[in-house]
Amino acid sequence: MQVAVQRYADVLVVAVDGRIDYVNAEEFKAALMPYLTNGTAGAGNQVVLDLSRLEYISSAGLRVLMIAAREAKARQGKLIAVALQPVVREIFEISKFTLVFQLFDSVQDALRQISPTALAAMKSG
Amino acid sequence: MRIRFWGTRGSLPVSLTAADIKQKIVESLIAAGGRAFKTRQDAQSFVEGELPFSISHTYGGNSSCVEIDTGTGEYVLCDLGTGARPFGLHVMSQKKGAASTFHIFLSHLHWDHIMGFPFLVPAYVPGNRVIIYGCHDAIEQAFRRQHSSPCFPVDFAQLGAKVEFVKLKTGVRQRVAGLEVTPKLQMHGGDSYGYRFERDGKVVVYSTDSEHKTDDKASTREFVEFFSKADLVIFDAMYSLADTVSVKEDWGHSSNIVGVELCQLAKAKHLCLFHHEPVYSDAKIASVLEETLRLEQITREGHPLRISSAYDGMEIVV
Repeated sequence: MQVAVQRYADVLVVAVDGRIDYVNAEEFKAALMPYLTNGTAGAGNQVVLDLSRLEYISSAGLRVLMIAAREAKARQGKLIAVALQPVVREIFEISKFTLVFQLFDSVQDALRQISPTALAAMKSG
Repeated sequence: MRIRFWGTRGSLPVSLTAADIKQKIVESLIAAGGRAFKTRQDAQSFVEGELPFSISHTYGGNSSCVEIDTGTGEYVLCDLGTGARPFGLHVMSQKKGAASTFHIFLSHLHWDHIMGFPFLVPAYVPGNRVIIYGCHDAIEQAFRRQHSSPCFPVDFAQLGAKVEFVKLKTGVRQRVAGLEVTPKLQMHGGDSYGYRFERDGKVVVYSTDSEHKTDDKASTREFVEFFSKADLVIFDAMYSLADTVSVKEDWGHSSNIVGVELCQLAKAKHLCLFHHEPVYSDAKIASVLEETLRLEQITREGHPLRISSAYDGMEIVV
């Protein structure tokens, strides 16, 4: 599992690669939470999780996402997931995470909705 | 071992309403599409073979009570929810008054798991012996209090059967009624205990009212060991995963997703979804089962996991 971060204006895009299960969920949490925690350098209120390269997520990983979303909400921010692979999308549906997470098909779709400035920054390269 | 489910509902017994029955009849007639059934057998075949389970049957509404029939002549039960009442009536119809021994393993003392005991008819029959096993300190106190005024008109002292209480220790395996039994501490308000039953190389795990925080590696490994290679895992799948990690976090229950994951890691053979949410309709429980089957299919790595959803009256042979 790997995490890569890119900032576009006021939005952080966090790309997750690989698999998240009970063995590495804690590692994922440690990698993700600084971007959502108040007072941490580089943290953002609006975080888009790019899951296009995430192959699998277990309940342990989903729990980390819920904790992260709660943290974002506490700061009046947002955590959005985008570009879910079919298996991951089904896991979101079966776990009912689709009812609590805002999902978009792509990073661009999410930025268009939450921050035109970030979308422009992304397009300008 | 033959496992009989006498009560499968969580938290509170429920029953179908008049509107529920009417809806099932309407759905059945629509499914029949105007077909005529010449014989009772034809109609029976249609109901059994063509209607979905959630229309032709019901998952039932009695609270937790599961029998493990070892064929030894002594009765073994897990929990004494309202399913204990039909169990007791069944025993009375079979035994015709012959003295029997009942070994009862309690997950915990919450009301839905003990409320069937005052209606367990064999407990009123002199000559019967009822042995209640558990890991909590206050088991006898809970049973005596439930049987006392103003909660119930018949005092505990008036029970005809000899009732005994045996304290078990978590993690310590012992032999009861031909079974090797190991209790395990589980996360639930006031604690609960799961039981691993082993006999003749077969393993049945009863694990209800148990929350799992699967990002806790040590706890997950403990439960994988507890479920290891079980032939059947009876698992608390009361809520969705999203509920258990948000509004219902720390309510002490689990989800279908966690059941699949733990059974896959443990290489268990059969997961049985249990302790159904009382507000769920038959259709909703059936849809949870469908989704769980799909989850198993898309996450399977090697060994297949059989999945079923418990209903009052279901039997599973392991």
